[in-house]
Amino acid sequence: MTIGRDPTVAPTIELEGAAVAKPGALPPPRKSSAAEASAAVKLQRVSRLYGSFVALREVSLQLAPGSSVVILGENGAGKSTLLKVVAGLHAPTYGEVTIFGESPRDLRGSVAYMSHATMLYDELTGMENLTYFAGLQNSSPQPMRSNHSSGSRKARLRDRAAQALREVGLDPANPRRVGEYSQGMRQRASLARVLLSEPDLLLLDEPFSNLDLGSAHSMIARLLAHLAQPSPRGLARTLLLTTHQAELARPLAQSTLTMNAGRLVSLRQTPPPQADGDTPAQREGVR
Amino acid sequence: MNYAQHVLTHLRKDLRLEWRTKDSINGMLFFALLVVVVLAMAFDPASYPDMTRQISGGLLWVALLFAAMTALNQSWARETNNSVLDAHRLSEAPASALFIGKALANFFFVTAVEIVLAPIFTVFYNLQPLGQAWKLLLVLPLGTWALVVNGTFFAALSLRTRNRETLLPLVLLPISMPALLAMIQATTAVLTGQFEPTLWIKVLLAYVIVFTTACVLLFQTVLSAD
Amino acid sequence: MPKWAEGWFALTVLALIYGFYRAMAAPREATMGNLYRVFFYHLPHAILSFVFPYLNLAASFLYLFWRNRNVERAAAADAFALASAEVTVLYATIGLATGMLWGRAAWGIWWAWDARMTTYLLLWLLYVCYLLVRSFSSTGQTAVIAAVLAIFAAIDIPICFMSIRWWRTQHPAAVFGGGANSGIDPSMLPAVLWNMVAWAMWGAFLVGVRYAIERRRQQDANAEALGILNQEETTAVLRHRLEEA
Repeated sequence: MTIGRDPTVAPTIELEGAAVAKPGALPPPRKSSAAEASAAVKLQRVSRLYGSFVALREVSLQLAPGSSVVILGENGAGKSTLLKVVAGLHAPTYGEVTIFGESPRDLRGSVAYMSHATMLYDELTGMENLTYFAGLQNSSPQPMRSNHSSGSRKARLRDRAAQALREVGLDPANPRRVGEYSQGMRQRASLARVLLSEPDLLLLDEPFSNLDLGSAHSMIARLLAHLAQPSPRGLARTLLLTTHQAELARPLAQSTLTMNAGRLVSLRQTPPPQADGDTPAQREGVR
Repeated sequence: MNYAQHVLTHLRKDLRLEWRTKDSINGMLFFALLVVVVLAMAFDPASYPDMTRQISGGLLWVALLFAAMTALNQSWARETNNSVLDAHRLSEAPASALFIGKALANFFFVTAVEIVLAPIFTVFYNLQPLGQAWKLLLVLPLGTWALVVNGTFFAALSLRTRNRETLLPLVLLPISMPALLAMIQATTAVLTGQFEPTLWIKVLLAYVIVFTTACVLLFQTVLSAD
Repeated sequence: MPKWAEGWFALTVLALIYGFYRAMAAPREATMGNLYRVFFYHLPHAILSFVFPYLNLAASFLYLFWRNRNVERAAAADAFALASAEVTVLYATIGLATGMLWGRAAWGIWWAWDARMTTYLLLWLLYVCYLLVRSFSSTGQTAVIAAVLAIFAAIDIPICFMSIRWWRTQHPAAVFGGGANSGIDPSMLPAVLWNMVAWAMWGAFLVGVRYAIERRRQQDANAEALGILNQEETTAVLRHRLEEA
């Protein structure tokens, strides 16, 4: 694995808070283009409580558009909650979240979220599911790589759905329902759904958790290809991914955040892929 | 892509899911049938045709109401099963389109039950409408929509509560009371022919318009609630 | 309790006492005798329990408006909505009870299923259901759900109320503005008005007290949450709960 994201797109990541060591090696924040004037993700002293349990504790974080960040941490460290709060699925108990300068609730359509639940209908085939979700998008279906801009709306939706499935290595003509898929196929179908919506901000919660190594690597390759293109809104795509398989996610990580007990405890930039001579930790990838 | 297309997309999905699983319609149908049979044991429909005519409008709607309740409780389960609802909350399609699509789907399911149930009802209760029977073609769809639109809304509302199955009837019944009154009165008017159902059809129409508007306007709030 | 609230409370008690005196001093009614005096309590409660729901509605709208703009004000609006709903249920309960006493004396039956009584019962049911939903919903979502339900309930009331004109009714015609035969003897008017004022003041006082208590509860919950937040340790047991959630 020597592929990695273009290291010239340096992310501006700011961590605040007493418990966090200021990273020294990061480049200073750039504020050049209009897109960067509003951070892709900005959390200001965000806390989230479930009853008396503190899932997030005063998390402050700022990500520039185009960053891709991997969040590490053991179970219960607050990774999933962080993603849900950023997605707007959970409201922060205290603090403020803005995505591209807006509240996540007002920003429908440009954020995509993938969790361990597939967010697909078990009784429909992969193709039916994807066609359905393609039909729910407002933007006139821009062909992902256009060579089929003609034809009826239905045909265009089907084209997009089929293409999205093929890109994650699934057969659009597969007559099986998603409920009958294997775990790996489900996760790939779920990824296809997420990428289909052409998001500016991609939130993936443990996307490799039940995959064999080969599937995981092809998923990573697909993600890298996706991240390399600007979104339909002309923004560099931003990725926030949680995992406990640090080595596996390394090609995606410009920087790595570590969480513990609801806090962000460290941030380090991933060393350039070339310097990484050793093989990926095989033991970790195989379930 | 406009609003109607979104509604159609949702509706088509719900109909397809129901076609594959058939859990709503089968359950409702059998449940309604049981209610009809049980109620027939509570009194003797054959011996008292006048009384039967007086009360069977009410019985029909009570049977349908309880049957619809079983399906309404399940109608959002499809969305919550694999957390598809979270995907809808992040989707740029308007939330109310999802609501209308689902309410329409539920409307078709309950209507299908009515189509099967009406002849059974007529036979079992020995009914013969003395008023203008065609007016039932207005009352039945309006009444069904009145039940279903609020039912779908409150089923979504009770997703956010602890004991959702108990909650739905508790909320739906009081809110639907004026509609129930109106549809029962209108149906009785048609069956007995003693008075004109026009007034009650108007009440039903007003109710439907007011509450459909309220549901559409407030659904986004309910969906995005934490 | 602040000084002005104590003053308000004292005035309310005085008004209630004077209202009671006027009610007892009013002339005996021809057909019902002394039993009719329950009417002086029935009427204010019945009318006021149609007022508080709309305070509840206003507070619910304010809550929905402030929800994403001003957390503190939204919490206050929610507290007020809860207070007014509880007083609605209280007044409607008293209205129903006094109404049944009246019905027993006037018509010989406790309850008749006429339109107005049904409407009134429905009002009571709606707000009992509102309070039930509040107690059922998990914390954090209670306020939104309750606000939405309050709007539905408030819309429902006039629709029910309209049926009074369309359905034959056993209830005496509306006391105010109900047509030629409605209205009360002028000699009873002072008692009616005094009790109206007194019970309105009492209702306002109850809403105020309940609002203050609910605000205190919210502040306590908030302080507790902040206290938890400032604690450093979290046990491993609790941590696992998150992954399940």
